[in-house]
Amino acid sequence: MKNKKPVSIWNGLIYVVLSFWALTTIYPIFWIVMNSFKAKNEILANSFSLPLGDQFTLSNYKTAFERLNIFSAYRNSLIISCTVALVVVLLAGLASFALVRYRFRLKKFIYSLVIAGMMFPVFSTIIPVFRMLNVMHIANTSNLWMSLLSVALPQIAGNMSFAIVVLTGYIKSLPIELEEAAYLEGCSAYQIFFKVVVPLTKPSFATVAIFSFLWSYNDLFTQMFLLRLPEQRAITRLLNELTAMEGTNYGLMAAAVALVVIPVIIVYIILQKYIIKGMTAGAVKG
Amino acid sequence: MESSIYKKKRNLLVFLVPAFLFMAVFLYYPFLKNIWNSFQNISSLGAAGKGWNEPWYSNYVKMAGDKNLRTALFNTLIMMAVTIVGQVGIAVVLALMVDNIKRGGKFFRTVYFFPIVISATALGLMFNLIFLYDKGMVNQFLEMLGKTGLTDWKDSAHALIIMMIPVMWQYVGFYFVILITGLNNIPEDLYEVAAIDGATRWQRVRYITLPLLRNVICTCVVLAVTGALKVFDLPWVMFPKGMPLGKTWLTGTYMYYQAFNTKNVDYSSAIAVLIVVLGIVTSKIVNKVFKEAEY
Repeated sequence: MKNKKPVSIWNGLIYVVLSFWALTTIYPIFWIVMNSFKAKNEILANSFSLPLGDQFTLSNYKTAFERLNIFSAYRNSLIISCTVALVVVLLAGLASFALVRYRFRLKKFIYSLVIAGMMFPVFSTIIPVFRMLNVMHIANTSNLWMSLLSVALPQIAGNMSFAIVVLTGYIKSLPIELEEAAYLEGCSAYQIFFKVVVPLTKPSFATVAIFSFLWSYNDLFTQMFLLRLPEQRAITRLLNELTAMEGTNYGLMAAAVALVVIPVIIVYIILQKYIIKGMTAGAVKG
Repeated sequence: MESSIYKKKRNLLVFLVPAFLFMAVFLYYPFLKNIWNSFQNISSLGAAGKGWNEPWYSNYVKMAGDKNLRTALFNTLIMMAVTIVGQVGIAVVLALMVDNIKRGGKFFRTVYFFPIVISATALGLMFNLIFLYDKGMVNQFLEMLGKTGLTDWKDSAHALIIMMIPVMWQYVGFYFVILITGLNNIPEDLYEVAAIDGATRWQRVRYITLPLLRNVICTCVVLAVTGALKVFDLPWVMFPKGMPLGKTWLTGTYMYYQAFNTKNVDYSSAIAVLIVVLGIVTSKIVNKVFKEAEY
């Protein structure tokens, strides 16, 4: 580390400021989880106290499970986001491999198409996408699977550029000798990709998969356009409807937020290394 | 990178086509189609255009006189300023501080980053409760400090600022991590040489760290400015439909409103084109400013 003289007051001040910002990120979440265990009148009277003794109640969670289709929303979200993550990793992996290892005309042009893909905000594509999916009878139907697919398809395309940029970066850094050795052993290009390249760059594939999953899980805008019927709602869409449905049931709102946020926080704590790397790698390289 | 394995171009198509087919169908084509749509007359979402507008550029003329769009643009510009100063600015300060401490850097990184992985919709509901009039976290806290009377944080006097605070807050950690990565790439010996020459801590920051970090900061500012154009979830959950009194429109939320609530689909497409143009122009400006400003 850096060679510094200990200046204790200065250091103390730095820790105070840093801890203050840490508090602003942790406390609100803690506060909402804490209040999800209280009745509405307790939330409005003393929201800062811990839900102990008489204050503690599970009724908000009971209502959440009874009145909101939380489980089916979770299921819908998981189906959409897992599909997005898997397809993005597979297709972007193949494309990145080709972009790094093969030499061909138009390679530069194709790479700049990839970069351009990162610049298109979802606003500028969603209306034609909606019409297209409508014409194909994928969106706007009562068929649950088709509706979920209709959300997944544009999200896959939206994540592809980012994934290719990150994965090409990692595949470039692989020594080509290993692939040559595999080739001499008689492997085809596909076998080289699946048996040499993928295992060696597993962490970066994991990064891309997690990122795509989270981005899809959290994306409200696409769900607002494409999931119309209540039973098709995924989790973010359900949350968005909550204000209109139960706007003043504050305990229920806190419980719903907690139910959506806590799984993500657990995943984040376990996989944070990959998540942080992925979210910034795409940005810096792009 | 030349190797005999990859001379056979036969496989190339199999590798490339699936990914680019997806992007062509769901990204490039809709993008171009959207520009086309902005000159067409489309009366409902999912319907085909009913021919050209009269005159074909009428949506762009309409923009000039649209009061709500003017509010949206103005708010988006403020949002950009807030993201530059609030997000990147705070992130620079925090990153420099973490770079100067010996313990806990990893902890702060984990904690600062985590609002980003949480859905903005959930955060919107959370901030709705925090800024609740009767009586959310903030009003209760102020009451504990002895303030009498409740403040309506979502009225037209406060709305804009209350909408921007959560957006700003959520993404500070993102730029923080980018900047920390940049800081770790600065070679250690530079600081040692400067220390031998008797440079103070501040001088080291001013004459070594900041100049070497300039490209990274530039990247952050570009991301912040284009990110400000993409904000949708949080404002829509906290202040739907530009509430109160159309004060909180942003380009993104206004575009959605035009497509969904007023069924002005072609106008909505034109606003989306405007968002893209704004993104390109502002990032060009940022790059230019950073190239010209010498340290």
